[in-house]
Amino acid sequence: MKIAFLHSVLRKEEKLLLDEFVLRSDIELVMVDDRLLSFYLNRNNYHFDVVIERCINHSRALHALRLFESAGIKCVNTSHVATVCGDKLLTSIVLKEHNIPQPEVAVAFTEESALATIEEMGYPVVLKPAVGSWGRLLAKVNDRDAAEALLEHKTILGSYHHSIFYIQKYVEKNGRDIRAFVVGDECIAAIYRTSGHWITNTARGGTATNCPVTEELGRLCIDAAKAVGGGIVALDIFETDNGYLVNEINYTMEFRNSIQPTGVNIPGKIVDYVISVGGTR
Amino acid sequence: MSNSSCPVCDNALIAAANAQVSELIICPDCGSELEIKTVNPFSVVEAPREEEDWGE
Repeated sequence: MKIAFLHSVLRKEEKLLLDEFVLRSDIELVMVDDRLLSFYLNRNNYHFDVVIERCINHSRALHALRLFESAGIKCVNTSHVATVCGDKLLTSIVLKEHNIPQPEVAVAFTEESALATIEEMGYPVVLKPAVGSWGRLLAKVNDRDAAEALLEHKTILGSYHHSIFYIQKYVEKNGRDIRAFVVGDECIAAIYRTSGHWITNTARGGTATNCPVTEELGRLCIDAAKAVGGGIVALDIFETDNGYLVNEINYTMEFRNSIQPTGVNIPGKIVDYVISVGGTR
Repeated sequence: MSNSSCPVCDNALIAAANAQVSELIICPDCGSELEIKTVNPFSVVEAPREEEDWGE
């Protein structure tokens, strides 16, 4: 089986995945650096059984996946999953359409309408860029003064993306949320991310401990993963008095800090899934 | 495996046995994030800076 490993810089996760691929037999792994990719649309001469996408840029991942699919190649994840998960607004719409619980979300397109929406929703709220990750450019807005300033800055300083105001009701997490990992039809593991800061990403210092995958949590994660198109996704979940809420879903998951606390060979499960999509084990 | 040096602090760098082209490494001296450009001979450059659409 010929597998294309689509990448840019190789992070710890990519190294762990490559180590797993080496252990598998009958696999020819082809490294495809997105910085060197030159894709002629009318030359479908890529003889891969499957592409595993591990780009660090969302925009490159999204388009490269669509290009490979146009050449008839199966991709993990699909460009559809990248499209939905790469945009928080699209994710929220899909979750709503599938009745998956999520925090209250509203969208506005001007400073004035966004401010009115925030006032109506009630403080605090969280302003997020629709496209972004690692907690970048998230803003917890506690009052009108902050709202006015942030909305103005986003309008003036940001590209047009930043005038799509994605407004989410702030959910008090009491210093903890859940990152759950779904591979195919299985919620393979989950961690609690604990932090003194309201942004709990382990990339920003949040600590990871094992979170048992209960029947309820597992079912929610699989349903949410299927809603966005399935494959290999990592979900951020809030625990509230009214149950779990899905905050967002990532399609190029990072898991370096989650292997030890869960004891689950996450890269191994990913590789097995990619091989199964590729056609043979 | 050959050696190289950190482009930021000039600290000597030794290639790990499983070093790989495009791999991110950290200079043990100054903490700069570096990217392996070639393995034999071992050469590194400063890693690209985080961009707006990194991660997902």
